[in-house]
Amino acid sequence: MSRDDIFEKIQEVLDDALGVDEDEVTPNASLTADLGAESIDFLDIVFRIEKMFDFKISQGELFPEGLTENEEWVHDGKLTDSGLVMLRERMTHVNFDNFADGDRDVSTIGDLITVNSLVNFVELKLAG
Amino acid sequence: MRWLWIDCIIEYEPDQRLVAIKNVSLAEEHLHDHLVDDKPIMPFSLMIEGMAQTAGILVGSVTRFKEKVILAKITRASLDCDVTAGDTLRYDANIDRIDDGGAATVGSIDRRVPGGDAWERIGKIELMFSHIDNNMSGISFPKHNFVFSDNFKMILDTAGLGELLDN
Repeated sequence: MSRDDIFEKIQEVLDDALGVDEDEVTPNASLTADLGAESIDFLDIVFRIEKMFDFKISQGELFPEGLTENEEWVHDGKLTDSGLVMLRERMTHVNFDNFADGDRDVSTIGDLITVNSLVNFVELKLAG
Repeated sequence: MRWLWIDCIIEYEPDQRLVAIKNVSLAEEHLHDHLVDDKPIMPFSLMIEGMAQTAGILVGSVTRFKEKVILAKITRASLDCDVTAGDTLRYDANIDRIDDGGAATVGSIDRRVPGGDAWERIGKIELMFSHIDNNMSGISFPKHNFVFSDNFKMILDTAGLGELLDN
């Protein structure tokens, strides 16, 4: 399946899960900041991607979870260096470069998940 | 006491499907305050709640009511016609997906055709449920399952499904 095909299917997933128009679903659109996704929408998106592409997604695999419960990863609301290393290893589909150079406020991590992140994720999963 | 918007469970297929009945009666005071062209109409929001209770029991039954199941999102809801006193509704809820974080359900609302035994499809509702103990990190909830309280037990007992709560 080509990247363009995956993108089109992700557009469909987000159209159904978030009620957004397909033309709003651009590659760099953030799920939370631009498309208005809330926490429960992430679970909805996981379910729809599983169904659309016929693979299983483990909890925390697509979106970061349980970060704030670990002091090694988050200190005073900021992502630590070891937290950043962990996220980069675990979530290769997300681009953390600008976040790493910024204030690392964990409350904004969700904004980093873009449409491209989902396309990257599916591409990696399909490649095995 | 939670206000129940279903009267009884008539079908149960473990982990898959649950069907409940709601009889709409003029004894319900809210109908007298919700008139359309002087006719008492059941608010669609209460039908969504009826479906949420039907689907919520189904989702809860998968884990034998160990998880606290909370309605988190009305993904899609449509209704084709008005419902009034004397109507009987059938909520048919099915699990679409479920995991540790929650569940997605799809369901239909049917209305008994007046004067007969046939049913007509009048609505569709898709819902998302959260298992809140697994999703609200950092927030602690009471240990006992406050979602499935005594009146839910009564409905399950009436349907012969009380053992699901006891195990």
